[in-house]
Amino acid sequence: MPLQTPPLRGIHDDRGAKFTEFGGWDMPVEFDSIRTEHAAVREDVGVFDVSHMGQIHVTGPDATALMQRLTSNDISRLAVGDSQYAAITDEDGIIIDDTVVYRLPDESHPTYLFVPNAGTDEATHERWLSYRNEWDLEATVDNRTDEYAMFAVQGPNAADLLEGIAEGPVTDLDRFEAQYATIEGVDCWTARTGYTGEDGFELIVPWAAAAEIWTAIDCQPCGLGARDTLRIEAGLLLAGQDFDLDSNPRTPYEAGIGFTVALDTEFVGRDALAAIEESGVEERLVGFQLIDRGVPRHGYDITTTESRVIGTVTSGTMSPTLEKPIGLGYVPVEYAEPGTTLQVVVRGQSKKARVETTPFIDTVQ
Amino acid sequence: MSFDIPDDRRYLESHEWALETDGVVRVGISDFAQDELGDVVFVELPDEGDELAQEAEFGVVESIKAVSDLYAPVGGEVVAINDELFDAPELVNEDPFGEGWMLEIDPDDPDDLEALLSADEYEEQIA
Repeated sequence: MPLQTPPLRGIHDDRGAKFTEFGGWDMPVEFDSIRTEHAAVREDVGVFDVSHMGQIHVTGPDATALMQRLTSNDISRLAVGDSQYAAITDEDGIIIDDTVVYRLPDESHPTYLFVPNAGTDEATHERWLSYRNEWDLEATVDNRTDEYAMFAVQGPNAADLLEGIAEGPVTDLDRFEAQYATIEGVDCWTARTGYTGEDGFELIVPWAAAAEIWTAIDCQPCGLGARDTLRIEAGLLLAGQDFDLDSNPRTPYEAGIGFTVALDTEFVGRDALAAIEESGVEERLVGFQLIDRGVPRHGYDITTTESRVIGTVTSGTMSPTLEKPIGLGYVPVEYAEPGTTLQVVVRGQSKKARVETTPFIDTVQ
Repeated sequence: MSFDIPDDRRYLESHEWALETDGVVRVGISDFAQDELGDVVFVELPDEGDELAQEAEFGVVESIKAVSDLYAPVGGEVVAINDELFDAPELVNEDPFGEGWMLEIDPDDPDDLEALLSADEYEEQIA
């Protein structure tokens, strides 16, 4: 199947970006160097083209009911201009995806836009349609992934940058608030949501205006490589690694996003999660730092100090900010306390590791 | 993008270079390889005195995003390693053909070098 290309593929190529396949899309992985891009976001401001993220639009008299029953959080808390992080779970409470749901200005009915991960938009769209039909709800569900580009402007100076190019008081937005702002004469859905642990904004913009708006943003372009290192430092989940329906099925409680589960609402997976919340989890996602020299990578074994395998590294890197090797992985809860000594097997050699509190760095979350 | 490919040395298809001086072969990775890897954060090297076969794995170079095995361009005894790389792995990015060298081998058979790619042949490979 040919890769989908973001609207700015040519602009990124001219800029010297390297590309990689991600979720069926041909996306920039690195523009200058991961270290440079990472530092720009932690210390100044950087911009990511995240047009590979899905956009599903839901409206109609039963839009709220449909969203409530297919996402784990409490949609009824969302006023227009609010956004919410949520899990999408199956009947067993296993995470299918994580997403941010935005409540847009109402059309004739409550209207939502939510952002599933790359490559999952079609399956998510079908899931919504299928349950809408099964429950006989009145709502339209449109997959608008190909209509909108999406940019994440991230870093301590993100607000200043946007203030300079946007009409509309974007810096008045609180965290997880959103509104339309005009950039280059184009209405952009502008949300103050974090993607990297830093202050920042996600802009959802018409595909046709993507180039003008990207050019107007004019700061360090960043690729998927820096996205990964920034998110690991912030303890944020990487879909497909830290959870994956097929290869690494996890509940929100195991993955450390139990805060997205509103058990007082009715949603697919709710009853299974209520039972798990009652009984407690057996394993939990923990952050760790490698004490010995080496770099932890996805798939490496985590063992006890007696070399008994108890888990697997889901994400790992050399932290550009801390200049230390850090990672995430699932271990039995008795090994999950910060300060616990573990080992990570790096190419056949056991390296000492210590469980750390996440996020590894201070974030605005 | 164009890369430095000095013609005073030979190359492996796996992107190591080999430079013979006074009978000792110095080894590193190419400009192209360091660029592909990105920010190098860790280098694992053998010990001095280790014996290597030609094209045997001798270590690992890790960047933030990738891990890559290193292969010996010639067989022989490791007579020196660049231990500065343990504290400053970024030298591999900054000066891959100079300060970023990795080890020196006393070759068992100096003809091993002849089997490697010339600068022109290597340039063709990465084109």
